[in-house]
Amino acid sequence: MNAVWILVEQYQGLLRPVSFELLSQGRKLADTLKVPLVSVLIGNGTGDGELNSLIYHGADEVIAVQDESLSSFVCETYANILIHLINTWKPVIILAAASSSGRTLMPYVAVKVHAGLTADCIEFDIEKGTDNLLQTRPAIGGNIIATIKTPNRRPQMATVRPKSSVPLARDENRRGTIHRIPLDRAFIDSRVEIFGYRKDAGDFVNLEEADVIVAGGMGLKKGDNFLMIKKLAALLGGLVGATREAVDRGWIGYPHQIGLGGKTISPKLYIGVGISGSVQHLAGIKTSETIVSINSDPNAPLHGIADFGIVGDAFEVVPALQKKLMQRRMEGN
Amino acid sequence: MNIIVPIKQVPESSNVKLDSSTGTVIRTGIEMVVNPLDLYALEAALTIKDSMEGTAVIAVSMGPPQAMKVLKEAVAMGCDDAVLVTDKEFAGSDTWATSYIISETIKKTGPFDMVICGERSTDGDTAQVGPGIAAWLDLPLATYVSRIDGIDNGRIYVERMVEEGYQLLSLPFPCLLAVVKEVATPRLPTLKGKIRSKEMTIPLYSAENMNLNTDYAGLNGSPTRVIETDTLQMVRKGKILTVKDEPSLENAVDELVSFLAEKGIL
Repeated sequence: MNAVWILVEQYQGLLRPVSFELLSQGRKLADTLKVPLVSVLIGNGTGDGELNSLIYHGADEVIAVQDESLSSFVCETYANILIHLINTWKPVIILAAASSSGRTLMPYVAVKVHAGLTADCIEFDIEKGTDNLLQTRPAIGGNIIATIKTPNRRPQMATVRPKSSVPLARDENRRGTIHRIPLDRAFIDSRVEIFGYRKDAGDFVNLEEADVIVAGGMGLKKGDNFLMIKKLAALLGGLVGATREAVDRGWIGYPHQIGLGGKTISPKLYIGVGISGSVQHLAGIKTSETIVSINSDPNAPLHGIADFGIVGDAFEVVPALQKKLMQRRMEGN
Repeated sequence: MNIIVPIKQVPESSNVKLDSSTGTVIRTGIEMVVNPLDLYALEAALTIKDSMEGTAVIAVSMGPPQAMKVLKEAVAMGCDDAVLVTDKEFAGSDTWATSYIISETIKKTGPFDMVICGERSTDGDTAQVGPGIAAWLDLPLATYVSRIDGIDNGRIYVERMVEEGYQLLSLPFPCLLAVVKEVATPRLPTLKGKIRSKEMTIPLYSAENMNLNTDYAGLNGSPTRVIETDTLQMVRKGKILTVKDEPSLENAVDELVSFLAEKGIL
C-alpha cells in the first residue's frame, strides 16, 4: 500500500488534539501523491465515535490496535506493533507528533526499520519529479530553517511540532474504512513496567499544545510575583511559561521552562513579561504566531522580535492590562 | 555497575550575540562546550556512582579530535574513563548513523549496565540519538526521565515527564535513560578531577579499530540529507509603545487589547 500514515495519540481513550493537526498535514501530502491517508492508533479504549472522527477530519482509513495492555505508552511494545504494521502495509510516509511518546517511538522504530527520520518538523511538501518528502524544521536554536529529505529509504518518517498546522473542518459526509487489528501478544515487551502517574505535582503544564502562554523572567524580581503572571494567563485562558533564569532560581517549576534547555512552543499568543530575551529563550518562542513583550528596558532583544511591545514597568503594565481585560469581560466582549 | 554516558560537544550558546539586523546568531569564534543537557546525564550517573560502590562511569563522545576537550571535562567532573570516537569517515552522520556508531562504541567499551543520555543536544535538537542507541542495542528505555527514585532488586525506578504529568516506571538492567534537567544539578569539576583528566590518555576509536559496518556510518550511511538551509529572519516590525505616565500607560494597554482583539485572540 502506497499510503501516508499518521500516528494518532490517545490518553485514557481520548484522542489528543495533535492527532487532528497531523491529519491536516497528512491530507495535503496524500492528495499530492494521490494515495490514501491512514491514521494508525495504538492504545486502548478509543470508541467508534472517536475513530470515525479521524475519518471526518481527513483520514481515508484507520488502523486501530487496541488492548488493555496498550493503555500506557511503552516504547518497546508500541515499536514491535508499529514495525509489524510497517512491514505488512509498507507506507511511504509516517508522521507522528513531536511529543514525549512520538519523539521516543519514532527514532526507536526508524533505527529498526532502517528508515530516515526528521525531528520536530513544521512544514512538509512533496518534491516534484521524485515524490520525495521535503521536511522543514527549525535548527540551531531556531535560527536556521533546514529542509531535509530521505532519498533512498522508505518509509520516510518525521515528527511534527504540535500547533504547526490547523485541523481540517469536520466533515461527517466523509467515508472511510476502519481496520481493527487484534494485538498479537508476542509483541508485548514486559521489560519496562509502568505502575502509575503522579499528577499531584500541581505544577504541571502542557505548554506545547497551549494557545496562549504568558511567560515571566528575571524582571519579576522574585518568585511570588509569578502570581501576577498566573492571573494574566488565567484571564487569557492560557498557561504560564518561564525563562531558564526564573526556573533556576526556584521561582517556578521546570515544566514551565521555555527555550533551548526547556520547551519549544508555538502558541497563537506569547506574552513575555520582564524577559529580556536571551538567545536560548528566543529559540523556544520563534514559532509563536504573535509575540508581545512587556519590559522596561527599551533595548531588550525580546522587543526586537515582538509584534507588539510595551516599554514600561511590568508591575504597572500587567495590572492595568488585567483591569482592562476584566472590564472587557464584564461588558460581555 | 558500569554506566556509559554519551556526550556531545556543541557551540557554547550563553554568550552568543544576535545580529540585530537579521535577528540571527553570530556564529564566528564560538567556544565548544559539553552539551548543557548532557551535564544532567553525567550528574545522574555520578550520583549513582556516589551511592553504589564499584560503579564506574564512562563518557563517550563522537566528534572531531577537538571533542577531546569535553571528555576531559567529563573526567574532571568525576567520570572514571572516557572514549573519543573520531574518524573522517564518520563525518556527516545523521542521527540514524550516529546512534549506530555510538552503539558500536558502547559495545566495544565492554560490559555495561546502563546508558544515560541527555534528552537532546542544544544544536541538533532532535532528541533522536538516545532512543536510536536503545534500538541498536535492543535496550529497554525511558526518555524524559525527571527523577531517579532508586535501584532495588535489579531494577531502576524512575519518573518521566510526559504531557499529562509524571509517569512512574521501572526498568531492568541493562537499560537506557534519557534525562531532563529536573533530574539533577550538575556538579563542577574538582581540582583532583582536573589533574587526573589532564594526565589521562583518552583512547581513540575509529573505523579501523572498531568492528562496524561502514555502510551504516557517515554521510553515505545516513538516510537523511539536508538539501537546503535558510536563515530565519526573526526581526518583526512590531509596534513598540513606551509608558511614561498614567495616560501613556492607559493608551498602551488599550492599544494592546485592541491589537489582540484584531488578531482574534480575545
